[in-house]
Amino acid sequence: MSVDTMGALPGAIEDKVSLKAKLRRAERVNRLRSLSLVAPLLVFVLSIFVLPIGMMMFRSVENPEVRDTLPKTAAALAAWDGKSVPDEPVYAALAADLAQAQKDRTTGLVGKRLNYEIAGARSRLLKAGRMVEAGGAGPWKDKFLTSDKEWGSVPFWAVMKRSTAAYTPYYLLTSVDLRQDVAGAIVKAEPDQAIFLDVFTRTIWISLLVTVATLVLGYPVAHLLAILPAKHANMLMILVLLPFTTSILVRTTAWIVLLQTNGVINDILVALHFTTERAQLIFNRFGTVLAMTHIQLPFTILPIYSVMKSIPPSHLRAARSLGAGPFTAFASVYVPQTLPGVGAGCLLTFILSLGYYITPALVGGPQDQMVSYFVALYTNKELNWGQASALGALLLFITLALYAVFNRVVGIDKVKLG
Amino acid sequence: MTFKTLTAALSVIALASASSAALAADGLTITSWGGAYQKSQQEAYFKPYAAKAGIKITEEEYNGEVARIRAMVQSGNTTWDAVDVDAATAQQGCDEGILTPIDYSKFGGKDKFVKGSTFECAIPTIIYSTIFAYDGDKIKDGPTKIADLFDTKKWPGKRALQKTPFGNLEFALMADGVPADKVYETLKTKEGVDRAFKKLDTIKKDVVWWEAGAQPPQLLAAGEVVMTTAWNGRIFGANKADKKNFKIVWDGQLQDWDLWAIPKGVKNLEASYKFLQFASSPEPQAEQTKWISYGPALVAATPFVQPDILKDLPTAPENAKTALANDPVFWGDNKEELLKRFNAWLAQ
Repeated sequence: MSVDTMGALPGAIEDKVSLKAKLRRAERVNRLRSLSLVAPLLVFVLSIFVLPIGMMMFRSVENPEVRDTLPKTAAALAAWDGKSVPDEPVYAALAADLAQAQKDRTTGLVGKRLNYEIAGARSRLLKAGRMVEAGGAGPWKDKFLTSDKEWGSVPFWAVMKRSTAAYTPYYLLTSVDLRQDVAGAIVKAEPDQAIFLDVFTRTIWISLLVTVATLVLGYPVAHLLAILPAKHANMLMILVLLPFTTSILVRTTAWIVLLQTNGVINDILVALHFTTERAQLIFNRFGTVLAMTHIQLPFTILPIYSVMKSIPPSHLRAARSLGAGPFTAFASVYVPQTLPGVGAGCLLTFILSLGYYITPALVGGPQDQMVSYFVALYTNKELNWGQASALGALLLFITLALYAVFNRVVGIDKVKLG
Repeated sequence: MTFKTLTAALSVIALASASSAALAADGLTITSWGGAYQKSQQEAYFKPYAAKAGIKITEEEYNGEVARIRAMVQSGNTTWDAVDVDAATAQQGCDEGILTPIDYSKFGGKDKFVKGSTFECAIPTIIYSTIFAYDGDKIKDGPTKIADLFDTKKWPGKRALQKTPFGNLEFALMADGVPADKVYETLKTKEGVDRAFKKLDTIKKDVVWWEAGAQPPQLLAAGEVVMTTAWNGRIFGANKADKKNFKIVWDGQLQDWDLWAIPKGVKNLEASYKFLQFASSPEPQAEQTKWISYGPALVAATPFVQPDILKDLPTAPENAKTALANDPVFWGDNKEELLKRFNAWLAQ
């Protein structure tokens, strides 16, 4: 519909305005309608995905244990200079707090939290809790010092004071192998306590290896799928998709059967007299990358295939007729057109690989465990959810950063998933 | 999905959860560690008790993930009426306030149980031990000392160890000549920990790490390792069920407890206690030893144990000569640091 305003009569201006308003109104109805169509999904994603992840990430800085359980101590410590051993009021406040904590059975919780930063704090606190519970009155300072001389340690009280804050950098710092010293300055973690940077590097490195391996293996397969006549292509496609429908656990276990010392592959190698020594193919980096590559192959192949499908064969023929050799034609005409698919496939595989857990756990050695392994360990077994969230948040941040770099270099708008 | 199918689906889910809640109301859900151990509990406790009390017992399995208990308690929907925990979990769960403190007066007092085994929030059921084992069909004149686990000259080949600092540090020190009663004293010093890791260094490249209790017998059976640490009952179970000839080396065994705990907020605390009372009576505890070679935690159960079974228990005098008892207080204080250090060491 076109509105001809040429030679418009006076008053057409108002008409135009009202027309614009009408148009906006009409569009608003449309917008609302389309919004109502996506609303269920939007609400679902927000409530099931964004909100819980946000709440979980908040746990990486939350620090409620000491603050909630020892409120009087926190107040008494606010005035403490941090240089000399605290005076009686602080100990008296602590005794009052502990008496309450023993009633609420929360002493262990504070002990556990302090123990993250000071080994031995847990039993020191529990012992003090029992001492307070046994009754008696002040002055408390000497009583605490007799129960454990560490109650007179300035660094210990410094950590106590730091732990009364509502938010703590402890978990995030630990995730990057840093810690706060007594004065609160950020320093490197002890070498024997520094593990996470190594784990993050390893996670990224393994994901890269898997991405490259799937690309090298998958590109020719995708090409074959794209150029074969439908009859054969369908057969091949089923072969690509069949592993897709088997559970990851089953496929990983199958690799264990194949790769173990007395497994199928080693048996064949020895039977054919290729080796006399049985090769170590499992519980190491090789096994991990192999099994992950196998699982990720369809994810890389499918986007590449769907892009290749859309490239007309005439392009290559045209290049050849213009005098390009087969290799030049392939490299300068065909490959650039497949790049969006390559980008999509590789990005998908890389990001999915970053989060691998079960495969490295089963076929990897201790040096192949990725970030997820530690997230699971701290979540399930150690109940240190702050640490688990901090590691998860950092992994999410790294993923988003890499995505941003990818977007800068390749351009996400060029990526086609089909 | 249309609105109709959505409501239909939701009502099915609501019905399903309502019916499972109804099921749970007149039954018990009990969680344990699976495998040969849970089988022994089925035969000794679950089946007889279900028949006796006329209720249905639903079983679940876990691998010590205390997080599942915490999630349950915090969401106010406790579905496990009783759960088998190890000493570390019993203590952790008590600290977290997610386990019910045990009223020992319902069981005739703490001294009915083996000394030092009672916990505030969990009641001991068995004593198990972490030992090391080898395949008697493959090695005729096998290892006899904990030091042999670390002796790759005399016993070449891979060993499997549990992927945790717990137990391995103790074994390393005992293999290095520290007597059992001095192990935790030594581990409390930095030099002691260094010494343990140094000893572990000597076999590091020959170690396969296991995480679930069912793995060690599998690794031995597959010939993947020449020896492995394991929970003694799993080795006994493999010999019994799969007709294996695995041999246990008791020297330097690390004894620990398994205990029953009741998560906070169970629907029917009385029903949970009734089951625990049954599971803490002499005959069922003795019955369990027929299925798995773990020692009963109840003092009164020992006379009921068949003499030929006694010799396979960790507590048999012959086996316990150089035994070390786990110190949960030490681990409560130092687990955080030692776990990080262990993982750092693994990654080197």
